[in-house]
Amino acid sequence: MKRGGAWWAWLIFFIGMLYFIVPLIATFHFSLKMKREGLSFEAYRVVFSSSQFQETFTFSVVAAICTIILGVLIVVPTAYWVRLRMPQLRPVIEFITLLPLVIPAIVIVFGYIRMYGTNSWLPFLGTITGTNVLLVIGYVVLALPYMYRAVDTGLRTIDVKTLTEAAQIMGAGWTTIIGRVILPNVLIAVLSGAFLTFAIVLGEFTIASLLNRPAFGPYMQNLGANRAYEPAALAIIAFLLTWGCMTAIQFLARYAPKSANRPN
Amino acid sequence: MADSFLSIQHVKKSFGEVTVVQDFNLDVAPGEFVSFLGPSGCGKTTVLRMVAGFEEPTAGKIVIAGKDVTRLKPNQRNIGMVFQAYALFPNLTVAQNIAFGLRVAGMPKADQGKRVAEMLNIIKLPQMGDRYPYQLSGGQQQRIALARALAPSPKLLLLDEPLSALDAKVRVSLRDEIRSIQKRLGITTVFVTHDQEEALSISDRIVVMYQGVAEQMGTPFEIYNRPSTKFVANFVGTLNVLEGTVSDPAKGTVKVADDMITVKSSLNGAKAGDAVTLALRPEAIALGEYPGHDQKLPGKIADVNFLGSVIRVKVAVGKAIVSMDTFNKSTTPPPQVGEPASITFTSRDVLVLH
Repeated sequence: MKRGGAWWAWLIFFIGMLYFIVPLIATFHFSLKMKREGLSFEAYRVVFSSSQFQETFTFSVVAAICTIILGVLIVVPTAYWVRLRMPQLRPVIEFITLLPLVIPAIVIVFGYIRMYGTNSWLPFLGTITGTNVLLVIGYVVLALPYMYRAVDTGLRTIDVKTLTEAAQIMGAGWTTIIGRVILPNVLIAVLSGAFLTFAIVLGEFTIASLLNRPAFGPYMQNLGANRAYEPAALAIIAFLLTWGCMTAIQFLARYAPKSANRPN
Repeated sequence: MADSFLSIQHVKKSFGEVTVVQDFNLDVAPGEFVSFLGPSGCGKTTVLRMVAGFEEPTAGKIVIAGKDVTRLKPNQRNIGMVFQAYALFPNLTVAQNIAFGLRVAGMPKADQGKRVAEMLNIIKLPQMGDRYPYQLSGGQQQRIALARALAPSPKLLLLDEPLSALDAKVRVSLRDEIRSIQKRLGITTVFVTHDQEEALSISDRIVVMYQGVAEQMGTPFEIYNRPSTKFVANFVGTLNVLEGTVSDPAKGTVKVADDMITVKSSLNGAKAGDAVTLALRPEAIALGEYPGHDQKLPGKIADVNFLGSVIRVKVAVGKAIVSMDTFNKSTTPPPQVGEPASITFTSRDVLVLH
């Protein structure tokens, strides 16, 4: 009976693996067929040597880093404060953070264009720097549901109130409490949120395209519409990048401060 | 108290419509160990949190070492506190936890190291500096929490049910250790507990609280032997309650069941024929005649529990059941259920409950 159960479990696992791996292998195989005479990494060479790839990728990575920093600065103190002082507001905050999932990015970006156009009282779109700032703010909004949930889940695993009071009674101010007590104890959660944010920013198309910024998302879309083998190579690159991020998170988690919630 | 170190004056605390502490007054002398004892929800923790600065009093004043701290933030009060849930920072080692307050205060690193080593010696865990909290037992974690609270040399130490989360054996040993460290350092301490044995064994003075009011303040001896209210008498220690009718208020005679006894305590202006509630501690009662016992009530053995070194005997006196403990003697067999028996005690030991 038990052996039969194990056999079915392995079969389902195997089918699941095929479901995920076959398309990847097919894409990878297709990306190697750019040269007619045989398999080669020509598509990858073309992609990597493209100055547009380098520029858009660098732009998006910098934008992602700025988004993560701004997101952490906004979300960690907010989630901490709601948990500590205004727990009754949690459902409201959760609802607000979920809004970007139900409001399409195109609505957000058109709102931005109307609100912050050159004729508005806050003309973000009047300069390139201003537009870049608006892009990052837009990314923070898009990543809010993931970042907030990750941080809030992290905060749930520690006794926020008692740890805060313990630090306060020993003379610590708010900056010390958040920087030395709260943040290190939710670091893994913040890293998960950061990883998700990175993935969202790297693939985001709508906001970057409508704000006319040279980001990686519009580049991938443009390449996909006009080329055959390079998009497949890009897909594999994006996949490896995601796996690289996950490995980095795992690696960082291993060296993150030990806690009672994560003893091993 | 003119030379009080901590003075809580007419403090009141309300949360919306609900008043949880009413007109609370207390003066604590330097180096004194005072316990707040009471059931859950009596306001003891709220008073402690107001002293710490986590709650602001609705009315009244809190003075520490002559300085009004009522409106000061917790980080401006120079107080050490130990929490029920240990509250050690999970991301820091034991040494870093103890050094936390020192680092915040800006103490040089070398001095921090010396102080941490000193504190680890005081709590008898000198080798534990590099461990993380999750690697320690509950008792060890609470010792570290005590060391962390004491490291910055606070003016006042607050202990918020620090032993509640520990098992019975560790609780007793840590209780004795806390008292010994407190005496050695001479630090003024306020301890919150709902465990009467803890409060009686550790304190210089006890404040028994009920429904936001300090019912009685006194030494453990006074609180136990001369409870001033029915609540204190019932809450502190085990008590046998007897209902009686005042017979002669001048002589202090009260009729219990069908027999007369005399009480030395004041009958609080009760007149002849008034109902009165009397109480007797189990240890004040003997089974049968006993030297010095001048009062006697006949009854019947209702139950006998053999507990090893002690035998718990329950005697039915009228409608009341009186419980008492006698030492087990191998030469004397325990009494049998249903046997007629008398309980004896002194008139001084009878408490009249208000």
